[in-house]
Formats: sequence, C-alpha cells, structure tokens
Amino acid sequence: MATLTDPPRQSFQIGQLIYDTRYRSTTIQVVAFILIMAGIFWLGNNLITNLAERGKDIDFGFLGNRAGYDINQMLIQYSNDSTHARAALVGIMNTLLVAFLGCITATIIGVTAGILRLSKNWIIARLMSVYVEGFRNIPLLLWILIIFAVVTESAPRPSDFRGEDAEASMILFDSVAVTNRGIYIPSPDWGPNSGLLIAIFLISFVGIFVYRAMARRKQEATGAQSPVFLVGLALFFIPTLIAFFILGRPVTLNYPELGGFNFTGGIQLRNSLIALWIALSLYTGAFIAEIVRAGILAVDKGQTEASSALGMRPKRTMNLVVLPQALRVIIPPIISQYLNLTKNSSLAIAVGYMDARATLGGITISQTGRELEGMLLLGVFYLIVSLIISGVMNIYNNSVKLQER
Amino acid sequence: MKKSVFLGTLAIAGVAAGYAAADGHSSGTLAQVQDRGSLNCGVTTGLAGFAAPDANGEWEGFDVAICRAVAAAVLGDASAVEFVPTTGQTRFTALASGEIDMLARNTTWTFSRDVDLAFEFTGVNYYDGQGFMVPRELGVSSALELDGATVCIQTGTTTELNLADYFSSNNMSYEPVPIETNAEGQQQYLAGACDVYTTDASGLAATRATFEDPDAHVVLPEIVSKEPLGPLVRHGDNEWGDIVRWTLNALITAEELGVTSANVGEIGGTTGNPEIRRLLGTEGDLGAMLGLDADWAANAFAAGGNYGEIFEGNIGESTPIGIARGLNAQWTDGGLLYSPPFR
Ligand SMILES: N[C@@H](CCC(=O)N[C@@H](CS)C(=O)NCC(=O)O)C(=O)O
Repeated sequence: MATLTDPPRQSFQIGQLIYDTRYRSTTIQVVAFILIMAGIFWLGNNLITNLAERGKDIDFGFLGNRAGYDINQMLIQYSNDSTHARAALVGIMNTLLVAFLGCITATIIGVTAGILRLSKNWIIARLMSVYVEGFRNIPLLLWILIIFAVVTESAPRPSDFRGEDAEASMILFDSVAVTNRGIYIPSPDWGPNSGLLIAIFLISFVGIFVYRAMARRKQEATGAQSPVFLVGLALFFIPTLIAFFILGRPVTLNYPELGGFNFTGGIQLRNSLIALWIALSLYTGAFIAEIVRAGILAVDKGQTEASSALGMRPKRTMNLVVLPQALRVIIPPIISQYLNLTKNSSLAIAVGYMDARATLGGITISQTGRELEGMLLLGVFYLIVSLIISGVMNIYNNSVKLQER
Repeated sequence: MKKSVFLGTLAIAGVAAGYAAADGHSSGTLAQVQDRGSLNCGVTTGLAGFAAPDANGEWEGFDVAICRAVAAAVLGDASAVEFVPTTGQTRFTALASGEIDMLARNTTWTFSRDVDLAFEFTGVNYYDGQGFMVPRELGVSSALELDGATVCIQTGTTTELNLADYFSSNNMSYEPVPIETNAEGQQQYLAGACDVYTTDASGLAATRATFEDPDAHVVLPEIVSKEPLGPLVRHGDNEWGDIVRWTLNALITAEELGVTSANVGEIGGTTGNPEIRRLLGTEGDLGAMLGLDADWAANAFAAGGNYGEIFEGNIGESTPIGIARGLNAQWTDGGLLYSPPFR
C-alpha cells in the first residue's frame, strides 16, 4: 500500500511538448525529421520539374540498351553488343580488382614501412619517413600520372621486340614482355584433370591450417614447438607438385608471343592498371604506415620490456606481444584507409583505366545523356562497396578486439 | 535552438537556389547573354585550327570563329566570348546544365543527340568523316589491315561507336586505349602506346599538322562514317536556336554572295543585289525579327569574314593544316554548303 498519495494526474497540455523535458527531445526530433523530409521532397520535386522542363525524365531503361563501345580490360564476357548494364558491370569488376589488389599491397607496404620507421637503424627510419611524407603530402592524382608516365615512357614498344637484332627482348626465359602498353605474362591453360589438381592444392592448403591448429594445441598443452613454417612450406608445394606430374602436367603455360601489332597470348597487365595499382598502394601505404606506427607506440613500453625480460627476441616480441595489441588500435583507422583507396580508384580516369567511373559514369553517360541516373547508380555502387568493406572489417575488428567481460 | 536556426538557413538557401535555378530557365538565352554582356561558348580543350588558344591566350580557330560571329551578331562585339573548354564527355552536360549558351566543338549531328539528348543542331559548319592515322613505318596502307592493332580513341564520341562497328563488321579485333582529350591522344600515339589514332578526318589533319615530322604519319584512305559537325544549343529555346542557325547561314550566304570582311562596310550601300541589302540590314528588318540590331550580320562578318574566309584563314590549304574545301565548298562549286535564302 502506498504511503504517499500519487501526485494529481494532470491532463496533457500542448505546451508540454516544448517545456516538458520528458517530451522535448522527441518533439525536436519529430520536427527536424519532418523538415528534412520536406526539404528532400522539395529538392527532388524541383529536380523532376526542372528535368521535365527540359524534356528529360528519370528513366533507367537505358541500362538495357546496346552499349556499342568496346572496353579493353574485361574480367567477364563483354562485347560492344552487350548492354550498358553489362558495361557497368565490367567497370565495377575492374574497380573491385584494382581496389582488392591495392588494399593487399597497401597493407603489406604500410605495415612494413610503419614498423621500419620505428627502427633503431637511422638510415632505414629516415628513408621510411621520406617515403611516408613524400606520398602523404603530394596529391594522389600526381602520383598516378607520374607512375603512368614512367611505365609508359621507359618501356620499349612492342615493335622494338621484332627482327633479328631487336632492340628489346623478353625477360625471365622469354616468358615475360615488358612493353609500353603493359606487361605480358604467361597465362595458364587449364587442361583435363586440372580440376583435380586445384582440389589437391586446396586440400593441402587446408592441411596447413589444420597442422598449425594442432601445433598450437600441442604447444599450449606441452610447451613443445613444432616446425610450423617448414611443414607449411612443404604442404604448400609438395603434394601439388607430385600431383602435377602424376596427372601428366594438366596445366600448361601460354606464353605471350609477338604477332601482328601486339603481343598475343598470355595475360596483359595494362599500364593503366599497373600505374593505378602502384600509385594507390604507395599512397595509401603511407597512411597505413602512420597508423601502424601510432598503433605500435600506443602499446605500453612495459610490455616490450616484460617480454625481453622473459627472454624473447625482438622479432618475436613484435609478432607475439606488440602487434597483437597494436592491432586493436590499428584496425579501425585502417578500415577507412581501405574505403579511401576504393573510392580513390575512381581517379582511374586519368590514365584511362576502365573502372566503373569510366564505363557507367563516363562513356555510358555521355552516349546516353543520362547523367543523373548514371551518377546515382555510381553513388549507390560506391556506397554499397564501402558498406561491405566496413562490415567485413568490423567483423574482423570484433574478433581481435579486447574481450571485455 | 541551434538546430532550428541551421535548418532555417538551409531551407532559405534551398529556396533561394531553387528560385535562382528556375529564374535562369524562364527567361530566354538571348536575354541572359545580353544581360551578361558575353557569350559562353563551349569549345574543344585544344585542337589546332579548330579551337586553341594562341601564344597570347586568345582563342582562335574554325569553331571559335562561329562563337565570335554569334557574339558579334548578338552583342556587337566579337571578343565578348567566354570560351569554355570541354571534353567529349563533358560537353553535353555543360550545354544541358546551362553552363554554356552554345557548343561549337567538332560535334557530330546524330539522331539521338538531337532527339534523345534534347539538343538542337543549328546547321553544319563542316562535313566530315572518321579516318585513321598510322605511323608510316608500320607499312599499313588500308584500314582493313589493322586487325589486332591498339587504337587510341576519345571517349564519349561517335568515334568510339563507329570504331566498334567498323571492326566488328569487318571481323577484326582491336585493343582500345581510351583517352580524354586530343592532346592526350596525340601524346599517347606519338609515344607508341597505340598503333593507330582515329578521329574525324579534319581532326587527324589538324593533329598531324602539329607533329614535328608530319610526313612520318599517313592518314589511311578509308573514311568510315559521316560526321556532319555543327554548332548546337539546348532544345526548347527556339529564338536562341534561330540566332545561332541564321548566323551560320549568314556566314555561308555571305561567301556565296561575295560579301567579305573587306567590303562589308560599303557593299550594303552600293550593291544592287536586294538579298545582300537584306542580309546587311540596309533593307528590310531581318535583324529585328531575330530580336537583334539591323546590322547583326554585318557585325558577324566584320569579326572574321565570311565562311570561306574563316575556312581559309584557319584550316585552309594555305595554313599548315591544309584542308581542301571538298564537301565543304559552296553548292555552286560542287560542295554541300547550301544556305536557305535570306528573305
Ligand atoms: N565528331 C565526334 C568526335 C568529336 C571529337 O572529339 N573530336 C576531337 C578530334 S577531331 C576533338 O575535337 N578533340 C578536341 C579535344 O580533345 O578537346 C563527336 O562529335 O563525337
């Protein structure tokens, strides 16, 4: 039974929406929401009327029409008879390719440079500072253009490889040609049984992980260390190599050969891809280096000292004590570097790399006049890719983050 | 409080922007150009003979002359032009968005650009076709020998569509190298990053003329498309479209009737030909019908002369570019230039 009488229940008054702290924030939010919605609606409406005034509408039908133009780098089947949607997809694949390659190399470069910048060796540390400052402080576009100019101007033309005493020759046992149009490397020819070979390779790959897990369990239980690296290396090569010869060499290499105007056969890594890839990796790598350095410095010095006191060598200290803790600090900002890299890849246009911006956001738009639709789609594409990257990286981040109880 | 002030500012800014935009389109392009006192004309990023800045930064060329003639007709001042360099990809957006009042950039009149992109081509100032240029040392003598070649093309042009059609219909393959501007194309081609450079034959001639050793390069005999190049404006503003169309026609008619930059001052008073008098505004009121001064056409001729003078002065056989009149001769000389009458 209540000892206090309930306060008299007042009836609700409209003024309470503003003066009563219980309702105020809701009121403000509702009003803001309505205003923003009205603003968006008004802008959209404005857009549609202005477009209509010029006899234009918003229509995505152009995506199903024949594109009519050719694209040099295609990861999926495409010809000028394909649709604009297909051309956009080719561009998207090219964007993803360079973003993927770029993220991997930028991470390797960045982590290495970040660690080396802390090196006690004066020259190495200074060199890394020069690299980091040079790349961080000069616009990416310039780096892309410089690297493109270097790879284009320094390499010989395909025609220089021709003739008895040719000016240029292929390298690595005549398997790779470095030209001013790109680097031609051998491509694999998948013969019969090559599926089996791949399966064997994948199984031995899984085997490496199984072995490592067993080794760790053994170490935790008994303290005995196993030769993880050597066994891993052996597992990586030996079963596949044996199978390769038993199966009668199912995979052969298709070497590039000079024919007509160009090298044919093999895979062509175009200069545009190489320049963009290198520039993105070095540029983003410089930022990642700083993040890694900051992450390492964030780990308490006592940790390093403690591990030296336990007799661990500096390399093991770095790998087993410092880096795992630094990762918690490093990963969130690295996610945004990956996002930056992916979005920066749209500078591809400067060297004629056919990414999504160049196909959907470039040629398709100017051939169909659908600027608005094309740019909307392009925006949605970059948004989705960015969200996926952050999603995946967040999962990883959660797995290394300090488990709080 | 802060939030509502912010939102209010936002709303006001939005409304203002909306009105500004709406305003920009309700009054005609002519009034806007007159208010502004200058003409915004879209041209190439640089193509010798057609549109390129000279040593003093003054734009000059065959397409530039059209812009100047329109500015002279509308504003009485051939130098009242803001030249806006556009690429194959940006030109249509620039025109559609109102950034430029007209586009004179080697642009081909096609069905879809006219109908679907909602532009109005106001005539043809150059009848062209697409050609191929290769280094002489390749020893190629026909475009049909180009199977497997690497080809530099400007993106967003009819060129890249024609190229795709030509190679697939002849069962040949090629590797496209997409480029943004003619300058970039020239550099890539000379660096050997592509074997072939393809664009409108006029553009090839103009590009080749700027090479250190033009004789080391040949233009192949095949012309694989029709490229009627002309100035264009936005669809829907017919008064403005008429002004650009009839300025071009006036330049062509002036050549036909023998009105030149040298005699434009007196011929209107001395001639017995009534069409010349109507053209120069000494008789009738054609200028007023366009909403311009009576001497609009005379001003246009004073700027750079008639069509023939513009052609000879910028790209004709006496210039390094050295293009013959060919299809671009007057109909009376066996060409295609045929302006409707001024009456
Ligand atoms: N006529 C074609 C091609 C026009 C074009 O791009 N022409 C080139 C060469 S003739 C050009 O004007 N380039 C100048 C520049 O790069 O700005 C079209 O309208 O699509």
